Amino acid sequence: QDNRISIWSAGDLGNAGLSGDYHGEPHLLCDIQHNGDVMDMQFLDQERIVVASSTGTVTIFRHHQNNQTLSANHRWEKAHYHVDQDTSCGGAACTGVVCNNPEIVTVGEDGRINLFRADQKDAVRTIANADSSTLHAVTFLRTTEILTVNSIGQLKIWDLRQQRNEPSQIFSLAGDRVPLHCVDRHPNQQHIVATGGQDGMLSIWDIRQGTMPVSLLNAHEAEMWEVHFHPSDPDHLFTCSEDGSLWHWDTSANVSEKPSFLHQGGRSTAYLSHSTINQSVVSAWLSNDPTKDRMEITNLIPNQTLSVNSLDVLGPCLVYGTDAEAIYVNRQLFA
Amino acid sequence: DTVPPQVVPGADPSTRQLCFAWGPAEVLVCETLFGRAGGSHSRAGAAAQALTGSVAGTGEGAPSSSRVFVVRRDQDIYIQTLRKLFNESHGIFMGLQRSEEELAGKSRKAQLVQVSKNYRSVIRACMEDMHQAAVSTRDPALQGQYSTQVSILSAMELIWNLCEILFVEAAVAGPLLLRLLDWVRLHVCDVDSMVREVLSSESPSKHKLFWNVVDVFVLQGRMDEARHLLSKEASANPTSMNMYKILDDLMKKMPVPGLGNTQTLTELELKWQHWHEECQRYLQDGTFASNPHMESICKILLGDEDAILEKKELMTTWYHFLVTRLLYSHPTVKPLELRFYAQSSMDLFLGGESSPEPLDMILMAAFEFEMHQVIKECSIVLSNWWFVAHLTDLLDHCKLLQSHNLYFGSNMREFLLLEYASGLFSHHSLWQLGVDYFDHCPEYGRVYLELHIERIPLSTEQKALKVLRICEQRQMHEQVRSICKIMAMKALRNNRLGSALSWSIRAKDAAFATLISDRFLKDYCERGCFSDLDLIDNLGPSMLLSDRLTFLGKYREFHRLYGEKRFPEAARLLLTLMTAHIAPCSFWMTLLTDALPLLEQKEVIFSAEQTYELMRCLEDLTAGNPDKQKFQDDDVETTKVEMLRLALARNLARVIVKEGSVEGS
Repeated sequence: QDNRISIWSAGDLGNAGLSGDYHGEPHLLCDIQHNGDVMDMQFLDQERIVVASSTGTVTIFRHHQNNQTLSANHRWEKAHYHVDQDTSCGGAACTGVVCNNPEIVTVGEDGRINLFRADQKDAVRTIANADSSTLHAVTFLRTTEILTVNSIGQLKIWDLRQQRNEPSQIFSLAGDRVPLHCVDRHPNQQHIVATGGQDGMLSIWDIRQGTMPVSLLNAHEAEMWEVHFHPSDPDHLFTCSEDGSLWHWDTSANVSEKPSFLHQGGRSTAYLSHSTINQSVVSAWLSNDPTKDRMEITNLIPNQTLSVNSLDVLGPCLVYGTDAEAIYVNRQLFA
Repeated sequence: DTVPPQVVPGADPSTRQLCFAWGPAEVLVCETLFGRAGGSHSRAGAAAQALTGSVAGTGEGAPSSSRVFVVRRDQDIYIQTLRKLFNESHGIFMGLQRSEEELAGKSRKAQLVQVSKNYRSVIRACMEDMHQAAVSTRDPALQGQYSTQVSILSAMELIWNLCEILFVEAAVAGPLLLRLLDWVRLHVCDVDSMVREVLSSESPSKHKLFWNVVDVFVLQGRMDEARHLLSKEASANPTSMNMYKILDDLMKKMPVPGLGNTQTLTELELKWQHWHEECQRYLQDGTFASNPHMESICKILLGDEDAILEKKELMTTWYHFLVTRLLYSHPTVKPLELRFYAQSSMDLFLGGESSPEPLDMILMAAFEFEMHQVIKECSIVLSNWWFVAHLTDLLDHCKLLQSHNLYFGSNMREFLLLEYASGLFSHHSLWQLGVDYFDHCPEYGRVYLELHIERIPLSTEQKALKVLRICEQRQMHEQVRSICKIMAMKALRNNRLGSALSWSIRAKDAAFATLISDRFLKDYCERGCFSDLDLIDNLGPSMLLSDRLTFLGKYREFHRLYGEKRFPEAARLLLTLMTAHIAPCSFWMTLLTDALPLLEQKEVIFSAEQTYELMRCLEDLTAGNPDKQKFQDDDVETTKVEMLRLALARNLARVIVKEGSVEGS
């Protein structure tokens, strides 16, 4: 198998034509061989990328921008492994990685959580057997707390300051314990968490209250692989799935209704009563009133065929990759 | 029909005994000792030795390790640059299958032509990439390989283009010639560099290849460009101005079929006849006698075969010759007439010096409108089923292939698609494309898919999930069960009980859930406490998947209730577990022992009814045991039973008193 980590240039904004569009295709800048499937990756800083492999290895690659090359900077072999008497090298896939420079947290099929620091050779902390099932994804809740999701439908909060190897809180779905595959936290309001499940359902959780999700939204027809809040515009959420679709969830219409005393009618009073809870603007994600929910959901892929495995969004750019071995870049997301 | 023998490099039957096994798309060849050391080894043993690569010592010579070879038939799918071809064409294929069948007539045809053009542009894009790779690589072997691939792709595009003109678009007399001209101009590019050289030179008319380029333009029917060059010559050489004017005029007036229906064929033929006669007159008058180049051009315009044949090197191929001939002698050629001209053109061009190559035979078959022959020849020549599978599918959509069934039941289109998709399945990543191809093979697609999908190596859970999703969408329940069992077994072996449970829930596999629960219960009995509480405490509705699992959940709940000191509820639960027969018989003793502390509490917990029930359970347990001898020998067991009987009796006594007094007061 020949797997590679590649860096692409999606076009230089300086070359934009009169209409402001850049019609060039992304072109490859550099790439490097990678051992095993790339399960997850994230930028650690401007130059370094942390990559999780299906062999259980976690690698930091450095992108040298002066000569456009990639090199392996640091590697933690056997970050994830199964303890098996029969096989000598029971590597377990590392399924998720999240960074908060210089800390790196990884989770894997072995149910292990590792905390690394970019400059240290060994793991700072390892919680072995943190979960009896596979941990599918991890994200930071606060600088010292992480969220994990697993294949028996549980969302767990772990406090890394504490030495005990137990989660500080466990949330689970009501009904069937459908595996959860992805998790993301609202960029500004840290109590709002979104997860995606194997049945394609999007769940929004308020972790301040209750152990069950606030809303369940029937979304895709197959596994939801990734969910992302837009980092600077969190009224927008993006999900991609095995069924080949990528959905853009837009609740910005709701929030534009600012409370106004001059506004006549029952609507504004209903809105004001919401706002008597500590915030002046309640996030549209938590409101589950169907008559007021004006959430626009659009499928961004016109002819879907194979699974969309991964996506990322920054500013006006959206990039996603499919099983048809194609990468798509949309540079005018909100046009 | 002989298949050329393939040599496996490194496998030498003269030094080592070889054995082999067939796989779905590969052959496994391994060196064994079977039959060597006097046949004393069993075959299984020898094979096992070979496969594990153990050092084999024989009496014959020095010990050496054995090797295993994997022989793959289809090498092409592993070429990196061709992956784009496979992926993009998959997208076009799916689009075609899903396209509206209701569109009839012209719009459907236009749609099919567009699909054909899409396929061709994918081939050309791939050719570009391959060419780039060939230019940029430094390894001569790789360079050779890439260059070969480029020429193969170019040939494929040539054939496809011709098929598009003749079959998909089914161009009629008139436009047919124009399409063929375009085809030739696009594909005969050996002369391009010469053309560029002359055009970019300072005074083209002085260039030694000037007349060659003019001839090329005339042969390809590029009149405007030829006239443009001639004008340069005329301005440089005023003495031939007269001749040039006449020739220019002739070339300008030449009637060609138009794309639109502005004139009928008969009109065109009349005009053309008129023009032809005019050219004839000028030639016979000797107008061009002083300039042999111009004279030869005039002869070409008249369709003189010998004159055209003189320019063999400029045409390079017999099909170029064919089209030039047609342009200047039969511009209104009908599609069905092509075969005659094609055959004679090839004979004249090759002239007995060289024999036709496979590509020539394929093109000839196309000109003869023998579609099946085209497909057959291509299948033989090409190393990969990609081309024939997609072309046949397109032709089938054009309703051009009669469904003549091959002797094993499926039609040609399905056969080729099955072969192509099977080839894809041996690739670790392209198998996903193969699934869609199987879906569109109505007769055998499903069976093939069922067989292939179970053999995909499941290295990560994510891959297993993708395979499972494919099976579930097609209601392939057997495969779902089988894959989930494999994954669950793997998880169990790695002690990931939660994962194992999650897989059995997905497959709704009650038997496996029972297995997992037994594992948990075994762990509990050995260690006295539960492992993976986060799983057992949060089973939810999945608890109902199997009785054993329900028992596990409820038993854990009992422990929790006991821990929270909610004794009456705990007692009730415990009793239900036994009386409702949810608990396995082997566990009853443990449950009764768990009841002991409840019986010994200061406060009476079990009611009389419940105590009678417990006693009955105990008696069932001890009476039901056939081997009373063994039971009595085990001191611990007998003590337990004794203690239980005592506790039960005491509890009964207390509860009768309590219940009696409550009722009394």
